[in-house]
Amino acid sequence: MQNLELKPAVDKYQPLVLTPLEDIRGFLFHHLGRFLLFLITFSSVLLMLLIFFFVIREAIPFLMKFNLTEFLTTKSWYPEASTPKFGALSLIVGSLYVTIAALVFAVPTGILAAIFLSDIVSLKIGDFIKPVIEILAAIPSVAYGFFAVLVLAPWMQNKLGFTTGTNALNASIILSIMALPTIISVAEDSISTIGRELREASYALGATRFETIFKVVIPAAHSGIIAAIVLGMMRAIGETMVVWMASGNANQIPSPWWDLSQSVRTMTATIAGDMGETPKDSLHYGALFAIGVVLLVMTFLLNIISEYFLASAKRKSGKS
Amino acid sequence: MQKGNDNMLIPSLETDTQEIESVVSLSQKNNVATKKKAPNCECAIVKSENFSFYYGSKAGVKDISMEIYPCSVTAIIGPSGCGKSTFLRSINRINDLIPHTHIDGKLFVNGHNVYDKNTNLVNLRQQVGMVFQKPNPFPKNIFDNVAYGPRLQGVKNRSSLQQVVESSLKAAALWDEVKDDLKKSALALSGGQQQRLCIARALATRPNIILMDEPCSALDPIATGKIEDLIDKLQNDYTIVIVTHNMQQAARVSKRTAFFCLGELIEYDSTVKIFRNPGKKQTEDYVTGRFG
Ligand SMILES: Nc1ncnc2c1ncn2[C@@H]1O[C@H](COP(=O)(O)OP(=O)(O)OP(=O)(O)O)[C@@H](O)[C@H]1O
Ligand SMILES: [Mg+2]
Repeated sequence: MQNLELKPAVDKYQPLVLTPLEDIRGFLFHHLGRFLLFLITFSSVLLMLLIFFFVIREAIPFLMKFNLTEFLTTKSWYPEASTPKFGALSLIVGSLYVTIAALVFAVPTGILAAIFLSDIVSLKIGDFIKPVIEILAAIPSVAYGFFAVLVLAPWMQNKLGFTTGTNALNASIILSIMALPTIISVAEDSISTIGRELREASYALGATRFETIFKVVIPAAHSGIIAAIVLGMMRAIGETMVVWMASGNANQIPSPWWDLSQSVRTMTATIAGDMGETPKDSLHYGALFAIGVVLLVMTFLLNIISEYFLASAKRKSGKS
Repeated sequence: MQKGNDNMLIPSLETDTQEIESVVSLSQKNNVATKKKAPNCECAIVKSENFSFYYGSKAGVKDISMEIYPCSVTAIIGPSGCGKSTFLRSINRINDLIPHTHIDGKLFVNGHNVYDKNTNLVNLRQQVGMVFQKPNPFPKNIFDNVAYGPRLQGVKNRSSLQQVVESSLKAAALWDEVKDDLKKSALALSGGQQQRLCIARALATRPNIILMDEPCSALDPIATGKIEDLIDKLQNDYTIVIVTHNMQQAARVSKRTAFFCLGELIEYDSTVKIFRNPGKKQTEDYVTGRFG
């Protein structure tokens, strides 16, 4: 046999025992590095806690003076009246209303689009479509607002005969378009991590593409898909500019409840809209912060839910 | 028959250095026994005529012409990358899923050229089952894994599903290990159990041809023994095509062996002949381990 050119570097081996200097250096780097990383991580946690803290602090005077149950369960919102009323129910409902309506449009569309990208269309076309979808996420929300006011609103008024063009339907359509990129990309990620092996197993048992997608791929990817939905929901519920411009800002709960052509008002739009006109430390000012607390708690809960499902999706793909 | 199996398996499993020669002579005995039992069906059930499969412009297999006979085990051996999987996966057209591939020539299953435009892929795959190299159970429970195929075929009745699941798991020698907990996730099974589950899942669709792509490559000798045992039993009713890197395994389980090299079929003959008295120098080098 020919001699190997690559010999063990016996002559270059360094001693296996650390010198005192190396020892100290290692000790310092280890602990300093850990400390710095801890500081960076902790500062983002701190920032979140600070936001929570300030919002709550501004809301406390209001919550002390005003009955919390009344705040959460009554519908009259007359902050500037001589006997002001702060019933936030229709605002909370308004937020949930447009968010859920948006999800009704965005979830089926988003999941079908994700399936389309991962399982149906060829890689080349997918690579072309995906960046386009991501651009949707990059469009500033004011631009969406313009679209809602200038295009959708007149269309709804003239063609659909709605009394007002800015209404819950308008806001939810725009919100659903804004939530789509999130839903599509997270769902597509989780669907494509379901490997070729599982799909092959299904086809080899005589399944059609339809059966393979709906009986194997989607069930296997369900945690990721749920996380996608929750993330999309968070995107929609926190959105401010678009709902402010598109929802009509009428403080009411639509009746009948399914009538999307009526105007609604959301928590975010109320905060953004009123904040400029309220004197600091007034009751109204505190009420807006109390709404902020409600909003924070909601998104916080949604976040926990999505974390849970994303973690379980990861666990599953790690196992198989 | 049953006793013959055990005799055949035990010595060959215990010693890794076992000479192929002795395996061949043992399995030859076994094949004689099989022959008696096997139905008299000597016309080919799978037949390829100048079949080539291309990934893009690169050929995975070239110009393969071979006939696979029913109710017997046919082994495909050959060095890595020589196109064994490609050929196997062409038979049930599962390779169609890979983009930018095309074929040339003909491949008949039960007399029908499966690459004809009018082929019903669902029916083809119900007749031609497949066990993959890596166990790939669905992330569902054991019952739902095995019942997947029958449910696709429209079986809804709970008791008939239960029956199919039980008999498939029994056939795959897994029943005793899982019968108490069919609701357990299939992913919680060991690798060997998962592979037997995949075999049970393939059996549950009641195919008549089973393609196995290195079904034991990830398994320990005991699980391997169980699967070889199973293959031996299955060959009375099923046509089995098995790809393997393990010469002893090919010698133990198969009646005929095909030797592939660089995408071509070098030699195809009875297993005894391939291992004892191969017609080509290349084959001899490979089966005796002198292959470079
Ligand atoms: N998906 C694919 N895309 C492109 N080329 C492929 C693909 N799969 C296999 N090939 C090529 O086809 C040839 C045959 O591959 P194949 O998987 O059939 O080999 P094999 O005999 O099964 O090898 P092994 O024993 O390692 O499994 C190889 O050269 C490989 O590079
Ligand atoms: Mg292979």
